[in-house]
Amino acid sequence: MLKIEDLHASIDGKEILRGINLEINPGEVHAIMGPNGSGKSTLSSVIAGRDIYEVTHGKITFDGVDLLELSPEERACAGVFLGFQYPIEIPGVSMVNFMKTAVNEHRKYKNQDPLSASDFLKLMREKKELVEIDSKLTNRSVNEGFSGGEKKKNEIFQMAMLEPKLAVLDETDSGLDIDALRIVANGVNKLKTSENATVVITHYQRLLDYIVPDFVHVLYKGKIVKTAGKELALELEEKGYDWIKREF
Amino acid sequence: MSNKENEQEKILNEVTETDYKYGFVTDIENEYIPKGLSEETVRLISAKKNEPEWLLEFRLKAFRHFLTLEMPDWAHLNIPEIDLQDVIYYAAPKKKKELKSMDEVDPELRATFEKLGIPLDEQKQLSGVAVDAVIDSVSVKTTFKDTLAELGIIFCSFSEAVADHPDLVKKHLGSVVPYTDNYFGALNSAVFSDGSFCYIPKGVRCPMELSTYFRINAANTGQFERTLIVADEESYVSYLEGCTAPQRDENQLHAAIVEIIAEKDAEVKYSTVQNWYPGDKNGVGGIYNFVTKRGICRGDNSKISWTQVETGSAITWKYPSCILKGNNSIGEFYSVALTNNHQQADTGTKMIHIGKNTKSTIISKGISAGVSQNSYRGLVKVLKGAENARNFSQCDSLLLGDKCGAHTFPYLEVDNRSAIVEHEATTSKISEDQVFYCNQRGINTEDAIGLIVNGYAKEVLNKLPMEFAVEAQKLLQISLEGSVG
Repeated sequence: MLKIEDLHASIDGKEILRGINLEINPGEVHAIMGPNGSGKSTLSSVIAGRDIYEVTHGKITFDGVDLLELSPEERACAGVFLGFQYPIEIPGVSMVNFMKTAVNEHRKYKNQDPLSASDFLKLMREKKELVEIDSKLTNRSVNEGFSGGEKKKNEIFQMAMLEPKLAVLDETDSGLDIDALRIVANGVNKLKTSENATVVITHYQRLLDYIVPDFVHVLYKGKIVKTAGKELALELEEKGYDWIKREF
Repeated sequence: MSNKENEQEKILNEVTETDYKYGFVTDIENEYIPKGLSEETVRLISAKKNEPEWLLEFRLKAFRHFLTLEMPDWAHLNIPEIDLQDVIYYAAPKKKKELKSMDEVDPELRATFEKLGIPLDEQKQLSGVAVDAVIDSVSVKTTFKDTLAELGIIFCSFSEAVADHPDLVKKHLGSVVPYTDNYFGALNSAVFSDGSFCYIPKGVRCPMELSTYFRINAANTGQFERTLIVADEESYVSYLEGCTAPQRDENQLHAAIVEIIAEKDAEVKYSTVQNWYPGDKNGVGGIYNFVTKRGICRGDNSKISWTQVETGSAITWKYPSCILKGNNSIGEFYSVALTNNHQQADTGTKMIHIGKNTKSTIISKGISAGVSQNSYRGLVKVLKGAENARNFSQCDSLLLGDKCGAHTFPYLEVDNRSAIVEHEATTSKISEDQVFYCNQRGINTEDAIGLIVNGYAKEVLNKLPMEFAVEAQKLLQISLEGSVG
């Protein structure tokens, strides 16, 4: 589904990603871990198409399409979802209006007719239940005045609405208490199918108790330096990153 | 369908279906008077309109006063010299009108209309709206008059009002905006061509939104509209003013006056969506819009509310104001002013508290893009006798890019110790983070800006009547096209 080959990317002339190789297939859950500043968030931003990063070398293909040729909104419509580490507030824009616009843009991309208001509200109710999000949140402006936990839940709700093929969740666990963590993780697990894939970017092993990865990658100095099964996460939790740093 | 409904339908269709797509130049043969401004011009206009002597006198007094005034220069505007002798002050459409096809309209403009996509179907649905279409200077048709007449409501062109209800006009004309008020007000008082008149009798609640579509049509014709709205005791009316103009290279001068009178317990809601031609991307052409709008809450417990969405004109000079004379009277001003490219706007309000327990609210949302300049200018004045007067003002500015300007000029004059006056102001920018967040959800940048701007202006848009709000939202988005990238 997603294939990253020798990806190099920089910001303001400073190279952050230095040759990433990664392949993700449908039905898989990948965890990307690594110490601060190793390039985890940069990788997710580059996949999503944030233009402050410059891709200097390498390729990203998504379902056989050159992803780097697509605009951020085209990537989104093609099925790439980014769960933001710091979800953005948009004052005055209601969640309903925001999601309706987003869902209908996705539908337009697939040559489907826009949803009627009643169908849309029905869909929204279903998805709210699925991810156990408080109805009040969707009546408010996008992320405005949301707590840290509410913002993260809202990301998962949006993911549920847009049904992406590939979801990249950037530090979704940061700032969550244990209850919120469980809700977020349950949401992700419920949305998992054999057709889609999830990339979980995280600092801590904790989240991986709930979202069990098939693969764990360690990102360090812009490269994936180690890949293994879920047991790697436990090892990292126990030993920290120092041994990795020593190795490379 | 009854005859009356048929007739209404026909008129509505005529008004709305005549490819009323903003930039359309209706092919109507014009009856002009020669260019130039003189006492002779004033007399000629009055004669053309078969006006009574008292109105000619009013015009002449205004004209003589106008000659003593100079163009004001206090606004934060760069106004090119306007040659008032190069303006045609009167153009009346001849009876027969014919329309040519849309093909003659500038394609860029047509694309905009396409995107606005309003009039034909949507306006047909506005069956609850009475339309008094002002094409150039003389009202061509007034609809729904009969329905309104049953309630004793008078809604007609200004000329008709002068002919049919001279006492009402004579009593109120110039009572809120005297001809001595300001340069453009004096000019309007001397040469106004036509406009609308509205009278709501005592105790009547007007059952529909009264709507006037102003249009500037003939090339080089200055437009001098005059609107007078009188709400008698315990009455209510909501009045919509929608403005659009065709694309022109030469600048067109517009100097209108709107006067509102609210008697005891009366309420008037006046809403405007203004999208006159703002000039092209390089600042060539566009309408110069110098408007004097003022209402007086003359009786106790009366209320006047101004809501405006200003996206058009090359230059906007406009301060819809309220004189709160009656005790417990309320004045409101809700405004969104958007400027892009080379547009300049200096707009705001004046709230004059005279009566006891008077209240005013000012919510102003400025949006600047391109190299435009957008100023809020507002006066809150509390006179000695205005015990317990309250004002709340909130003035926000949103900037797109770093080449535009936003300015706020609040003036406070408080002569009563019991008054409470609050002022809040913010300036913000649309962040790239917000746009990217929308992008990542599949929304392209232009739509994202539209969403964000509409969210920002929501407080004001919510005050507009439904059908106007929809139009205004689209307009905000379209007006910002190409401003981000």
